[in-house]
Amino acid sequence: MVPLAHVLTLSAALFVLGVAGFIIRRNVITIFMCIELMLNAVNLAFIGFARHLGSLDGQLFVFFVIVVAAAEAAVGLAIIIALFRNHESLTIDEIDSMKL
Amino acid sequence: MVILFYIAAIVAILAALGVVLQKTPVYSALLLIVVLCSLAVIYLLLGAEFIAFIQVIVYAGAIMVLFVLVIMLLNARRETPGQGSRMARWLGGPLLVVFLAEIVLAAWRQFPGAASPPPLNAGPAAIGQLLFRSYVLPFEVTSILILVAILGAVVLAKKS
Repeated sequence: MVPLAHVLTLSAALFVLGVAGFIIRRNVITIFMCIELMLNAVNLAFIGFARHLGSLDGQLFVFFVIVVAAAEAAVGLAIIIALFRNHESLTIDEIDSMKL
Repeated sequence: MVILFYIAAIVAILAALGVVLQKTPVYSALLLIVVLCSLAVIYLLLGAEFIAFIQVIVYAGAIMVLFVLVIMLLNARRETPGQGSRMARWLGGPLLVVFLAEIVLAAWRQFPGAASPPPLNAGPAAIGQLLFRSYVLPFEVTSILILVAILGAVVLAKKS
């Protein structure tokens, strides 16, 4: 049986990688994928705790997170398409029309 | 069984590194699919069969297809290196390392050793029972959420 600490360590490592990518990448789509990576890291923690506690509720939370991620991906990618249409660019440094 | 977890974990970490370091969005998307599939293997090992298959079908299948479609639709090429903020480099890196160390330390302190968890029946039947009894209201709310998301996506992506 895998110790819970190892599962949580993997989850934390994936989350930190997601945050790092969110900061260093300049392409909007890649940044969006890094958000998905962070969501998956949290899902892994949920599954690990569900196993540790012998409860199914954690797995249902993951189910709902996946549903919300699907909705988020649909809306987010539509926003990216609208952004591209207005700015002709996917680089976040050039999309700064809301900056003061 | 346990060795499989570590293999999948190493694959997931390496692929996630690739997602973050890769400059071309298509490669990032393909490596993200590798991460999602190795996470599905880990879910299987942790007794979450239903979630593992949902992960492969919905996440690696549907959601990532949407990503790859948009990447190809917008013809996203290799990104141009930005100037990069100095604060992100000098403050972000150390803070992330500290954050990781905090979580790892807390996890290893709080849950030392391999526990023998109670048996878990996580088949589709058990998940369905729980979903349509205790969690029926959240389930219905997510159906409205999906509807709103579809309408929002259509409105946003429509040519004005």
